[in-house]
Amino acid sequence: MSRLMSRRSLMVAGSAAAASLVTGCEPIADAPSLRWILDFGQFMSLHAQRLLLTGQPLVREYSEADITPDFPPNGTERPAGMAYFQMVVSNFASYRLTIDGMVAKPLSLSLDDIKALPSRTQITQHNCDEGWTAIGQWTGVPLAQLLTTAGILPEARYVVFHCLDEMVRTPDRSGFYYESLDLFDAYHPQTILAYAMNGRPLPLAHGAPLRLRVERQIGYKHAKYVSRIEAVDRLDRIGRGKGGFWEDRGYQWYAGQ
Amino acid sequence: MADIEQVTATAPPVAAASDPPHRRETIYRHSLAVRVTHWANVLFLTLLLMSGLRIFNYHPALYWGNYGYRGVPSIFSIAALEDIETDEPVGVTTIAGHNFITTGVLGVSYDADGMPVAGAFPNWLTLPGGPGLALARDWHFAMAWLFVLNGTLYLLFGLASGHFRRDLVPAAAELRPWSLLRDVFDHLRLRRVRGEAARRYNPLQKLAYMVAVFVLLPVMVISGLTMSPAVTAAMPFLFDLFGGRQSARTIHFIAANLIVLFVLVHVIQVFVAGAFNGMRSMITGRYAITPEARS
Repeated sequence: MSRLMSRRSLMVAGSAAAASLVTGCEPIADAPSLRWILDFGQFMSLHAQRLLLTGQPLVREYSEADITPDFPPNGTERPAGMAYFQMVVSNFASYRLTIDGMVAKPLSLSLDDIKALPSRTQITQHNCDEGWTAIGQWTGVPLAQLLTTAGILPEARYVVFHCLDEMVRTPDRSGFYYESLDLFDAYHPQTILAYAMNGRPLPLAHGAPLRLRVERQIGYKHAKYVSRIEAVDRLDRIGRGKGGFWEDRGYQWYAGQ
Repeated sequence: MADIEQVTATAPPVAAASDPPHRRETIYRHSLAVRVTHWANVLFLTLLLMSGLRIFNYHPALYWGNYGYRGVPSIFSIAALEDIETDEPVGVTTIAGHNFITTGVLGVSYDADGMPVAGAFPNWLTLPGGPGLALARDWHFAMAWLFVLNGTLYLLFGLASGHFRRDLVPAAAELRPWSLLRDVFDHLRLRRVRGEAARRYNPLQKLAYMVAVFVLLPVMVISGLTMSPAVTAAMPFLFDLFGGRQSARTIHFIAANLIVLFVLVHVIQVFVAGAFNGMRSMITGRYAITPEARS
C-alpha cells in the first residue's frame, strides 16, 4: 500500500472510458420500449408516498449538536457571470426575489424584506441521490407564506424556482438551473426559502442569497440561487418541459426516495 | 441426464409392487404460484442488484449513523487510485481501515478493449452498464415495486396454502443440535439426498429459506425505505430501527451481499442435488426422487 500514495482520482479518465464503452446492458436499460416499466415505478412511488404523507408529517429535526461539519455543497458552487458577481459585491443589496405567474399580486422582495418576514429554523438531514447525507441548520421564510402573500390563484398547480446559476451555456440562455414543486410539497411547513445556514448567512457554495429546502425530497430538488418563483398550471412550457434542469435530463421529477 | 432417462422409463408396475421402496418416481414438488413467483423474483432481484450497484458506484463508501459524506470516516469504501511508480490505475477496497488491492474487479476494472475503467463495481455488473444515476434509480425503484408486489403474492399464497407451515417451518425434532449437526455433515459431504428424505427439504435448507424469505428480503425492503426522506417523514421510527440513514444504507448493502451469498449456495446445492431435476421441478413442478441405494 505504500506505493499508493497518490490520491489523484481517476474519475475523469474513468468516465471517459466508460462513456466510450458500449456495454451489453446500456441499450436495454435505456430502451424506449421499456420506459413504461420505469414510469410505473415512478407512478407507484409518487402515489404511495403521497398516501403515506396525507397528514403532512414533518421530517425529523435534529439538535445543534447533530450538525455535521463541512456540509458538502453540490452542483454549482459559485454562479458565473457579472450579474451574480455584482450582487455578491453589493452583499446582495441589489438582489430581488420575484414572485409572479399565476398570482393576484406579484411581489418583488429584497433580501431585507424577506428577512423581515416570520421565519422558520430547522435542523434537518440533506439526502443526495448519490447516497451521502449531511445535517444542517436552515433559517428561512416558509414558501407557503410567500405564496399566500402573493395571492396564488386557484388555477395554479405548481411553483417553479428559477435560479441564477447557468449550468449549461447556450446561445438562447436556456441552461439555467430551475426546479418545480406541486402545491402538496410547496405548502409543507418545512418547505422554506433559506437565507441562513448553521446560524450564518447562506454561503455562496450553498446557494446564497436564497435556496429552497424541501425536506421530504432529495438533493437536486433543493434549488439554490433562487431569484424568481413562478406559479404555473403546467410544467411543459418551461425549459424542456419536465419540471427541472435535471428532470429535463432524465431525473425523476418526484424525488421522495 | 442418466437419472432422467431412468425416470421416464419408470419401473414397470409389477416391479414396483414387488419392490416399492426402490421404485423411481416423480413427485409434484412446486406449486404453480411458487414457480411463477420464484422466476419473477430471479428477474427482479437480478435487476435490483445490478441497478443498486450502479447507484452505489456514485458514492462508493459506507458509514454508520445518521450522516456520511466524502471526508467522514467510512467503514467500507472502494476507490480508484494511481500507482505513483507506474502510473497504473489501482483499485483499492478498504474494509474497517484495512486496504485490499482489488484491481480488475473493484475500483478499477477493464473494458472489452483492455482499457482500465474507474468505478467501484465493474460496468458489466451494473445497470445501466455505464454512467446513469437517474436510469439506475428508475430501474431500482420500478424493480423494488415489482419485487414487493411479487413477494406479497408469494407470502399470501404461502400462508393461505399452508406451504410455509408444511414445507418451510422445521419440526422441533429437526432443530435438535445433533439433527442439525448431522445435516451439516451431510451437506459438507455434498451427498445427494435420496429416497424418503428427498421428498421434503432438510433442516438446513428450511432454515436457509426461512432466513432469506422472512429476514433478509424484508430487511432489504425496510432498510431501502429508510433511505427515503418521504417515507421517513411518515415513519421516523425507521431511523431508530437501523440507527440512522447511513446505517440503513450499510445494512441494505450487507443484506444484499448475504442474498447474493444465499443465491450462490442455493445454485450450488441445485447442482449437487441434480441440476436438471432441480430446474425441471421449478419449471414444471415435477421432481424425481432417486431411490435409496440397495443395501
